[in-house]
Amino acid sequence: MRAPLSNLPIEFANVSVVAGRVIILDRVSLVLAQGPPTVLIGPNGSGKTTLLRVAMGLTAPTGGRVTWAGNPAMPPLRRAIVFQRPTMLRRSVLANLRYALAHAGVPRAQWPARIAELLALVGLTGLEERPARKLSGGELQRLALARALARDPELLFLDEPTASLDPAATKAIEDVVRIVVARGIKVVMSTHDLGEARRLAGEIMLMHRGRVVETGPADAFFTRPQTDEARRFVAGELLI
Amino acid sequence: MACIVMTEDLSAFELVLTLNPALLSIVELSLVVSLSAVLLAAVVGLPLGALMALTRFPGREAAIVLLNALMGLPPVVVGLAVYLALSRSGPLGTLGWLFTPQAMIIAQAILVLPIIAALARQTIEDLWNEYRDELAAMNVGPFDRVATLLWDGRFSLFTALLAGFGRAAAEVGAVMIVGGNIEGFTRTMTTAIALETSKGDLPLAIGLGMVLIAIVIVINALAWAARRGAERYAG
Repeated sequence: MRAPLSNLPIEFANVSVVAGRVIILDRVSLVLAQGPPTVLIGPNGSGKTTLLRVAMGLTAPTGGRVTWAGNPAMPPLRRAIVFQRPTMLRRSVLANLRYALAHAGVPRAQWPARIAELLALVGLTGLEERPARKLSGGELQRLALARALARDPELLFLDEPTASLDPAATKAIEDVVRIVVARGIKVVMSTHDLGEARRLAGEIMLMHRGRVVETGPADAFFTRPQTDEARRFVAGELLI
Repeated sequence: MACIVMTEDLSAFELVLTLNPALLSIVELSLVVSLSAVLLAAVVGLPLGALMALTRFPGREAAIVLLNALMGLPPVVVGLAVYLALSRSGPLGTLGWLFTPQAMIIAQAILVLPIIAALARQTIEDLWNEYRDELAAMNVGPFDRVATLLWDGRFSLFTALLAGFGRAAAEVGAVMIVGGNIEGFTRTMTTAIALETSKGDLPLAIGLGMVLIAIVIVINALAWAARRGAERYAG
């Protein structure tokens, strides 16, 4: 019973973000549309996180224009984000999910079923009463995913969700992402892990020094990169 | 000399253990005045702290420095200011509150307000810096944001209230000036200790001192328990 899509497509037209003398995003133009996962790749400091924040509506561009389905402003009702280092409320796992459901406008009668479903999805069933901030890194990321999904988003941003996780924890997150994608939720995630990009991406956007230097289907990007930066990145060279 | 002190100590213990009515009434008034003052200061100080933490306005930095500085307000100065305000020719003289418990509550509330507001401001601002992005991403409205920050910061805010109570219960200058230390009416533990010591009635002074120290210990035990509770249940 998904409501009609309302956020997509997100369009960036010459979007810049400048902080003091530092150019974080440099005249970026792109379209995020319904479809397979879009993966932003690029070295640290290339602007991936800021691009996600702008698309989420958390950071206002200092230049250019962003629109959500043609609208210049739209509250984040059906989009959600998982930050690289998520912050949980100083409450239990259960209370954190209840909080998200309450602020997503989900009727209270539906909470128990939704919470059970979300916890099962991310593999945290049984940890309801645990203080959220005492979870392990992998568990915390999965709870953050569950909290984001509690908002029943049509669009999910993930900012390097596996950056500091071991392979097992990374696999657990990637498995959830695949399920989310299969449910028709548009995923836009950033990573600097080429392997993860190969495993999950439908579309790749390579960022370097605040600019999107190459965009395209993942297969084409990895087999026939068009730009010098993309060729070097795919070849495993250090892009600085 | 040692023998005299021993005798006086025993008398002081006796006063406490037998629940001497004079001593009890002084303790009761002290608690009522200080708790009322903390309640009044909290009603004003917590929202003031939240406001200063969450809003940006010209001169905010200076206001924070001033608020922090006011934590060290000398009680006698506050007492003098409240005395002038409540004295017959003062702006609030018509209330007739000078030398009443109400005047003592107001003086202590003024003394405690900066402590509660400044500590609340710091607590809420730290929490806000941590929660800001997540709450914005969840589209949490302004009122709910404040409620969330107050609830999640409740253990630290409780500690701020306890610090305020500690300050109120221990001060003597302000209540002495605006209360007048009237027996059975405005005499608190601290003013009684000062008076009885000067009169040479050491057993009562020592008995009150023991009760005051016991209260301070209980306050600190509560603060410690609150902290432990925060760590255990909230992470």
